Amino acid sequence: MSDTAVISCIDLRKHYPDVKAVDGIDLEVHRGECFGLLGPNGAGKTTTIEILEGLNTPDSGEVRILGLTWEADERELRERIGVSLQETQLAEKLTVLETLTLFRSFYREGPHPDDLLRNLSLDEKRNSRVGKLSGGQKQRLAVACALVGEPDILFLDEPTTGLDPQSRLQLWEVVAEFRKRGGTVLLTTHYMEEAERLCDRIAIVDHGKRIALGTPQELIARLDAPHIIEFESTPRLGEEDFASIGGFHGATPRGERWQLRVDSLAVSVPQLLAAVDAKGAKLETLTTHAATLEDLFVALTGRELRDA
Amino acid sequence: MPERKRVTRHPLIELTIVRLKEFLREPDAVFWVFAFPLLLTVALGFAFREKAPDKIPVGVAEGPAAQQRMAMLQKSPALLPRLYSLAEGREELRRGKISLFVEGEASPVYRLDPTRPDARTARVEVDDALQGGAGRKDVFAAKEEHVVEHGSRYIDFLVPGLIGMNLMGTSMWSIGFSVVNARLRKLLKRMLATPMRKRDFLLAQALSRLAFLVVEVGVVVIFAKLVFDVSIRGSFAAFSVVCLAGGAAFAAIGLFISSRAKTLEAISGLMNVVMMPMWICSGVFFSYERFPDAVKPVIRALPLTALNDALRAVMNDGHGFVQVAPQLINLTIWTVVTYLVGLKIFRWQ
Repeated sequence: MSDTAVISCIDLRKHYPDVKAVDGIDLEVHRGECFGLLGPNGAGKTTTIEILEGLNTPDSGEVRILGLTWEADERELRERIGVSLQETQLAEKLTVLETLTLFRSFYREGPHPDDLLRNLSLDEKRNSRVGKLSGGQKQRLAVACALVGEPDILFLDEPTTGLDPQSRLQLWEVVAEFRKRGGTVLLTTHYMEEAERLCDRIAIVDHGKRIALGTPQELIARLDAPHIIEFESTPRLGEEDFASIGGFHGATPRGERWQLRVDSLAVSVPQLLAAVDAKGAKLETLTTHAATLEDLFVALTGRELRDA
Repeated sequence: MPERKRVTRHPLIELTIVRLKEFLREPDAVFWVFAFPLLLTVALGFAFREKAPDKIPVGVAEGPAAQQRMAMLQKSPALLPRLYSLAEGREELRRGKISLFVEGEASPVYRLDPTRPDARTARVEVDDALQGGAGRKDVFAAKEEHVVEHGSRYIDFLVPGLIGMNLMGTSMWSIGFSVVNARLRKLLKRMLATPMRKRDFLLAQALSRLAFLVVEVGVVVIFAKLVFDVSIRGSFAAFSVVCLAGGAAFAAIGLFISSRAKTLEAISGLMNVVMMPMWICSGVFFSYERFPDAVKPVIRALPLTALNDALRAVMNDGHGFVQVAPQLINLTIWTVVTYLVGLKIFRWQ
């Protein structure tokens, strides 16, 4: 383990009767880093993060947080980490300030609830009932409850799922602010934009296994092709029809469509159209975009993040 | 360990205050805890207020002696006789419309169901009226003195029972629902992710109950005093301690019952399973002395029985701490055991 690692786990496993939720995951997160676990629903992200948060126990594997273990140092660790769970519904009848004051009372030190509410733009909602808040405000309050003990590490499980774009941006700012003060963040998400925008490094997780690890740029570079062409034709082309296309790196079927990874759109698109013509087929749709983590996930698993 | 900065109060106090606020912001819950027991006291108090006992309906079979028997029975202030054909009268007796049916020719035959309590009274009254009418002379005339002493009326029996039943119901429901609800909302799991001590959370549930207990017992006591003149004859201190011990026991039992339940349906079922036997057996509406002797030790071991017995001892018999010590010990054992077991098996997620 490197000496800057604040979160590390080795060969983490958690099997349930019907599913291997976590099946041998290694992770190392460094101080000050924002690390993302990216994967579809059911990939094992939540089980992994809850084991790291000490809320779930692994069948086997070693976990160290801030150099401590959950077995020996639970109380100390609870003081030093902040957690936002997936789908926690805070008590609806309490106000924002009451909720935050309650959570503050659990920690030996941390910011004053009033200051925290100001920093999270919840000041004008301080006396509103939690039940009356918008989704974005509720989520910011959940993160405020995670920050109220002035943690060294912030764990966020699907922090922006279901939020509108503006609320998502506001939450990203909160995370950025926390990192400016030297905080370490571990988050899970199935939004590739979120992972790309927010994370220094990402582990892509599928079926309880880590299938890729690196910075967003490194991961996208793994596709060895910066551009993606998606098209559909009748009749459908076969994989052998793409061999003649210049700068072609690979194809993945996605339903009726094909997804091709290519070096240059200028070179490949005309040649693809020629290939469609040569086959006597009719082109139905054709779109192109710059390669993303989503495309990497498709290339690695043959499935999409969203519906995998 | 660094000193806790005094930004907020102790977590136990914060948790208790939050629980109180949550409860007060739930209008339905406030109704069931405060208004419902009052309504129940009023309804039952008036239903069972003292009045002259109803006349006992009896029947006389048609026949040669019928008119004479009717006349004799009508003179009795305790009886309400009616004339029936033989078949009709027996049918009315079977359906419980009359308590006794007088048949027979020269000497009467009393037809009655001896397991019905009013049948025995009817027999005595009817026999007395007919014998007297036939010329029997009483050997002496006894005078009656009527006693309606406070502490011995039905309402005096009922009010402590209602206080006990109410303490049980509100303590268990409010804790059961709030715990299971928090578990459903994953709030318990979220709390577990903080340095909060588990025992503080559970203790706060019980403490917030005790704060309400003062109010909910208070309104019934004051109401019963004003409307029915039911008063606490024993020491107020003993009464308060008994209420606290009862509230604590049922709060702990509520925690124990809700320690594993994952749905509101499950907790509702469990609550009913636990409370139903006590509603029936623990002497809320009628004395448990009528149950067979073999089961009485079991009934007395139930926490609601202990609470009701202690409340009646203090309120009606004017007893103090010494006499209710066995019940207080019983309630304390229930509190400690169910709290500790509940804490041990509690499901936080």
